[in-house]
Amino acid sequence: MAGPAAGNDPGDLVLSSLTKRFGPFTAVDNVDLSIPQGSFFALLGPSGCGKTTTLRMVAGLEQPTVGEIRIGGHDITYDKPYRRPVNTVFQSYALFPHLTVWENVAFGLKRRRSEQVDSQVADVLELTELQALAARKPAQLSGGQQQRVALARAIVNQPAVLLLDEPLGALDLKLRRQMQVELKRIQTEVGLTFVHVTHDQEEAMTMADTIAVMNAGRIEQLGAPAELYENPATTFTANFLGQSNLIRATVRDRQAESATVALPSGTLRVPASRLPGGVDDVWVGVRPEKISVAGEPVHGEAIPAGLNRIPGAVVTDASFMGVSTQYLVRTPWGQELMVFEQNRSSAGIHRPGDQVSLSFAAEHTFALDAGQDAEAGIDLDEAPS
Amino acid sequence: MPYFLLLPGLLWLGVFFVVPMVFLLSQSLQTGTLETGYQLTFHFATYSDAMAQFFRQFLRSFEYAFLATVLALLIGYPLAYAIALKSGRWKPVLLVMVVAPFFTSFLLRTLAWQTILNSDGLVMKFFRGTHLIQLTTALGWTNGSQLLSSPLAVVTGLTYNFLPFMVLPLFASLDRLDPRLLEAAGDLYASPLSAFRRVTLPMSMPGVVAGTLLTFIPAAGDYINSRLLGNPNTAMIGQTIEGYFLRINDYPTAAALSFVLMFTILVLVSVYVRKSGTEELV
Amino acid sequence: MVATLPQRARAAAAPAAARRRRSPWAVLRENAVWVVAVLALVYLLLPNLVVVLFSFNKPNGRFNYTWQRFSLDAWLHPCAAPGMCESLGLSLKIGVAATLASTLLGTMIAFALARYRFRGRTGSNLLIFLPMATPEVVMGSSLLTLFVSMGIPLGRTTILIAHIMFCLSYVVVTVKARIAGLDPALEQAAADLYATEWQTFRRITLPLVAPGIAAGALLAFSLSFDDYIITNFNASNSSITFPMYVWGAAARGTPVQINVIGTAMFVLAVLAVALGQLAGRRRAR
Repeated sequence: MAGPAAGNDPGDLVLSSLTKRFGPFTAVDNVDLSIPQGSFFALLGPSGCGKTTTLRMVAGLEQPTVGEIRIGGHDITYDKPYRRPVNTVFQSYALFPHLTVWENVAFGLKRRRSEQVDSQVADVLELTELQALAARKPAQLSGGQQQRVALARAIVNQPAVLLLDEPLGALDLKLRRQMQVELKRIQTEVGLTFVHVTHDQEEAMTMADTIAVMNAGRIEQLGAPAELYENPATTFTANFLGQSNLIRATVRDRQAESATVALPSGTLRVPASRLPGGVDDVWVGVRPEKISVAGEPVHGEAIPAGLNRIPGAVVTDASFMGVSTQYLVRTPWGQELMVFEQNRSSAGIHRPGDQVSLSFAAEHTFALDAGQDAEAGIDLDEAPS
Repeated sequence: MPYFLLLPGLLWLGVFFVVPMVFLLSQSLQTGTLETGYQLTFHFATYSDAMAQFFRQFLRSFEYAFLATVLALLIGYPLAYAIALKSGRWKPVLLVMVVAPFFTSFLLRTLAWQTILNSDGLVMKFFRGTHLIQLTTALGWTNGSQLLSSPLAVVTGLTYNFLPFMVLPLFASLDRLDPRLLEAAGDLYASPLSAFRRVTLPMSMPGVVAGTLLTFIPAAGDYINSRLLGNPNTAMIGQTIEGYFLRINDYPTAAALSFVLMFTILVLVSVYVRKSGTEELV
Repeated sequence: MVATLPQRARAAAAPAAARRRRSPWAVLRENAVWVVAVLALVYLLLPNLVVVLFSFNKPNGRFNYTWQRFSLDAWLHPCAAPGMCESLGLSLKIGVAATLASTLLGTMIAFALARYRFRGRTGSNLLIFLPMATPEVVMGSSLLTLFVSMGIPLGRTTILIAHIMFCLSYVVVTVKARIAGLDPALEQAAADLYATEWQTFRRITLPLVAPGIAAGALLAFSLSFDDYIITNFNASNSSITFPMYVWGAAARGTPVQINVIGTAMFVLAVLAVALGQLAGRRRAR
């Protein structure tokens, strides 16, 4: 799931059994990760899940309790931060207030006695569009400009691994979107390995090649954004990445291609590849945007054949959001499901109290072990830590 | 590593602050004179004698220090309040004005009070013209026809000298107050006076505690003001200690007096601090 | 403290009524805080003004307490008063020496206290705090007993020792406050950018803490220069500092020159503060 086997390429970052305990509290619990060189990797999770601690261990600002960190095959687990080929973009930027932008960016190069400080700094300032601000002090820069200086200061050293600790958290929405595109562009151009820590799942999905979802010190799931989104392996991932409807069901009939699961009333078809093996009690999941709502009684071609259907439902809430409408629909067995529909229908939106039928493709259905907590990952405090 | 950094400084303090205190303590329990030498005889009677003989000076010292502290609080609080919450861009200038007195030697400044309260000066003329001088003499604050050489002058000088020590901690505390809290209080139907009583005053308590301590402690041991602006009847305990050390050369008595002074201050301060609930002062 | 609605209406009506007829008392009450504040400032600065003013006086007798007439004599002959300039020189020398020593020792302690967790931390804090809470009479007299018992002769050395002792704590408190305000992320960033511990200290920590150290040094100097009580206990007849000279003058006769020195100090200090503000503003640009 992590792409081609990573190990000894110069920029490959490998974490083995990495654990960090603060007294009785385990912040990072036995984490194994292989991040291939040149990839944009995101560590995604709610505040307190251990992602920043993991990052700091890679940077050398924390010591692991157990485990190893290797870059390009070299064990750097206990090396001092200034001996590692790793640079960090801090959440608070940590720009040196008494030095100019130029001096900030040149800092790492000078400590390593690099020979072409001037030209390297000039190149990076051009890359991050900071040439005009080179003589200013951090206090005279806007938030977005400070963020770019922090980035330039790290990139200019061409580290094997670049760590970014929620670097976009302090920016307003529009600027954040802009910087997401910028960061991705810079990463592609420079070809460094980026490890980006964030709690913003949209940010992670936009920028990263691979995402590791972390919860309570452990990795919940690892994979490409689309893979994680369409095929969540745990309820946490299903709820944390986007939103999911989870319906309690029992597997009735397994076949080669698909299986039938029994809902409290009615049945659904789930592709066999999406079923957890060995269990019969499952959560059947479907994303709100995959569901269509059709008014009952259903007329003719309103619902194509072969789809999963939940008839006999009632709309309890409808919120018009311009682009889409968000419905809460109560099923015959009393569960409220969320539905997002794009406002494409000329028939207008449904109103609370309408009798409707829900339908969605079987391919969009996934199933998870019912032993997992259906509330995991919902409504977590997403405020920047 | 920290020990290496700490050692020189702490050693200095240990040798030149702690050890002398021990010497002082032992001195207070010795008998003898400067010529014949001192013997450690654990002569506790020195303490009782000293306290009995100079009880009035002790009381007076604490009385004046207390008065000066209260006055400094009453005068200093509005000043600190104005600077912290109402001065806008004049804040740095006003702060410099509060600290500016220190730019001149405090002896010179205290001597200046002799000029200000002089019999031929404007202040004295004002007091005579409004007959305030008779009121203050009746209260025992002045004696007869002058403002100088009186308890009034001494307390005036004490309050003046330590006013910045009261204003600065108060300012630091009030400066941290978020003005939006007062807006919220007003929004919740509090009059300005009750907003002050229930929001500003409690939140400025750490500053009040620090300021009163920084004023009371040095004031209790001061004697410059009572020497320059008072008379023999206003003598404070600091004067007595100095006299017994440097002129009378009765070291045991003087040492005993020093210790009683320090001990009393410590007791008063710990009771006060415990009642107001602030622990971390440094 | 929630007022009921009718009360609130009444309260709203009252200021409106007062606004219509603004008596001087009402104005006074509204600005009461400022009135007291200004009076307090006058109280604070009046003696300073008197010192400056009377440096231009030409008194009739030995004392400089009543205004006779304007004269520049004292300014033109600042060292005319016997022994004053020597005392000034001694105060300056001791001031500089005490400042250097106490700033060095105090800064080291401040770093230790602010940066490290170690056993004996509370004890150290207490030891630093005690000199600030002890009356000068007690500190001065205890040192005197030490010196006398050890047979150490009183003079410049003992004065210097005493000054370093009582300035230490103030330097520690000042520098410690500055270090505490330093963002730890900055030093982490320096380490992340290949700076060793020493390089981080030299290039990041020290420059950022420097204003605090300067403030501590300034405070130490002014405390040392201005001290009378402790100095008096530990001095001899041949080592007269400026405050001791002034004290003696208060009894013997106050030459106008001491006001000249006082005024000069004041002006220098105001200039220093102004320069400091300008430098601070220029550094930020």
